[in-house]
Amino acid sequence: MEPIKQHTGLIYPLDRSNVDTDQIIPKQFLKRIERQGFGQFLFYNWRFNDDGSKRDDFSLNNPMYKDATVLVGGENFGCGSSREHAPWAIQDFGFKVVIATSFADIFYNNCFKNGILPIMLPRHEVNHLLERAKDEKVTLSVDLVNQQIKSDHGLVSAFDIQPYHKDMLLNGWDEISVTLNYADAIDQYETEKAK
Amino acid sequence: MGRPKTIVEKIWDQHVIHQEEGKPELIYIDLHLVHEVTSPQAFEGLRMKNRKVRRPDRTYATMDHNVPTLHRHIIKDQISKKQMDTLKENCDEFGIRLADINHPDQGIVHIIGPQLGLTQPGKTIVCGDSHTSTHGAFGALAFGIGTSEVEHVLATQSLWQATPKTLKVNVDGELGTGVTAKDLILAIIAKFGVRFGTGYVVEYTGEAIRKLSMEERMTICNMSIEAGARAGLISPDETTVEYLRGKRHVPKGEEFEAVAQEWLSLATDPGAEYDAAVEINASEIEPQVTWGTNPSQCVPVGAATPDPSVLEDAQEQDSIQRALDYMGLEPNQDIQSIPIEHVFIGSCTNSRISDLRKAAEIVKGGKVHEGVRAMVVPGSFSVKQQAEAEGLDTIFLTAGFEWREAGCSMCLAMNDDIVPPGERCASTSNRNFEGRQGNGARTHLVSPEMAAAAALEGSFVDVRKFGATVGG
Ligand code: SF4
Repeated sequence: MEPIKQHTGLIYPLDRSNVDTDQIIPKQFLKRIERQGFGQFLFYNWRFNDDGSKRDDFSLNNPMYKDATVLVGGENFGCGSSREHAPWAIQDFGFKVVIATSFADIFYNNCFKNGILPIMLPRHEVNHLLERAKDEKVTLSVDLVNQQIKSDHGLVSAFDIQPYHKDMLLNGWDEISVTLNYADAIDQYETEKAK
Repeated sequence: MGRPKTIVEKIWDQHVIHQEEGKPELIYIDLHLVHEVTSPQAFEGLRMKNRKVRRPDRTYATMDHNVPTLHRHIIKDQISKKQMDTLKENCDEFGIRLADINHPDQGIVHIIGPQLGLTQPGKTIVCGDSHTSTHGAFGALAFGIGTSEVEHVLATQSLWQATPKTLKVNVDGELGTGVTAKDLILAIIAKFGVRFGTGYVVEYTGEAIRKLSMEERMTICNMSIEAGARAGLISPDETTVEYLRGKRHVPKGEEFEAVAQEWLSLATDPGAEYDAAVEINASEIEPQVTWGTNPSQCVPVGAATPDPSVLEDAQEQDSIQRALDYMGLEPNQDIQSIPIEHVFIGSCTNSRISDLRKAAEIVKGGKVHEGVRAMVVPGSFSVKQQAEAEGLDTIFLTAGFEWREAGCSMCLAMNDDIVPPGERCASTSNRNFEGRQGNGARTHLVSPEMAAAAALEGSFVDVRKFGATVGG
């Protein structure tokens, strides 16, 4: 996994609450057995008409956001299923950071396994970013080391992240390799309690 | 005896492998359930790094999400077939037990775990599926994980997890006639919202919960995730023990009695403290129908859809209006005035034998309303067999229902069982998200009894009008 330390990118504002994993990646695309290539299906039913043409009423289709890498959502982002296809699609589409007022637990966890930084901010700050980015291009700089974001129009804010999650992203760790360092402890547990 | 503990603390303490300040804890996973959709990339990851499955004997796989429920041996969709074949190859390669599409134990993963007695009190259980919370009904700590974590558990039989915070949902009182476990959990989510459980493990307690059968408890725990909680559980009691007695994977004879005592001792101690608590009284609850696009957008069957214009918060107004638009409904529209085109009785929430019995009781002697397509999809092959032995299939078929093979089916419409755009379905499943049952499909979540009654009436109707003797 690629480490993240700093990131600067354009915001895409998605002003909706309870964006669920069925919206992020509809189930017809869950039949693939590969890990790559899900970006083309991101928000599929919102982005495309039945005939495959793009819908004008969905803002991600606006060329202004073509190069966006920071997704700003509302409340309870990523609720619903455990499908990791959701972060795979978000990452493959080009997003590196997702900002919301709150996240669903499983989605939040899945982000770290895929080199996506999920950031929780207070509602007034999220609303401020959503509002600004609605009509103009807004660039956001994210500094994971110092846990700070800065927008090009002057919003500066700190964010919280658990040290373990932070280390994972900063180092781009493969969690299984980390755990295998504890193989002796797992062996011992199994001998004592889980034969 | 030391400080009183919750069941969550007891299970947790028994499973910690490694702990260290400022880090999540490494916990042992007793049972890992696997299905075809969220596992292929995990097995591929193992292969790429030349890793083995640590405990194939603690891993159990089945096929459910993708399987056809009609002509199951002719799988038209080649991509679905590939996913099922891949699971078979992976299980062969890594030595994992698999109940494939031809196996008598096949079924929805959360139906077969309990049915086989693999699900037991005190276990840590994971699966690459958010409704793994279902197994919490037995007093197990069971939660859904992503595919990277599936790979992690396959390789290490463990997971890094933060110590869970606990939330008590206490339900006193008694469910009225015709009011079911499904109505109770929908009412809980309607009252406290789709986020109230986020970050917590929920324990359901109280008189009304104690009175529920195991199958009803599974319906409750199943939908914990719709309140944001990764896990929801109920302390084991005699009901739990009796349900498990004689199941294939539980010990037999004296050994069973001994293990049953251990199970009972896991129950939350009197006076144990939770991080948070909420309460609801079961006797206030009526049969529920969701009107919107998340499970908290739900009202009693006698009520009407909400009116966003009376709300103050603009964002909330907007999200209610968006949901009404998607659902093709007006503000203040009577629930019982909404006509339906489809009825789906199935899913890991409500496709166990007791669900089918209760639905059949309503259906018996009636006819599916003209213009309604209704289907019953049993949760497992063995539920289907049991139902057929009791003649339930005949009741459904005579009334004009379709009677299908086991699988997830129209719960998420990954196979051919799809609700067409703009059409409306009364469904016993757990998610009414946009497009869940098909692109543009409109889903209303209800109990099996309410779904059965809607099938006959052609629109939502208060099941109590049908003189139901079910509930409680
Ligand atoms: S029945 Fe529905 S909710 Fe349950 S496991 Fe299958 S798809 Fe998921």
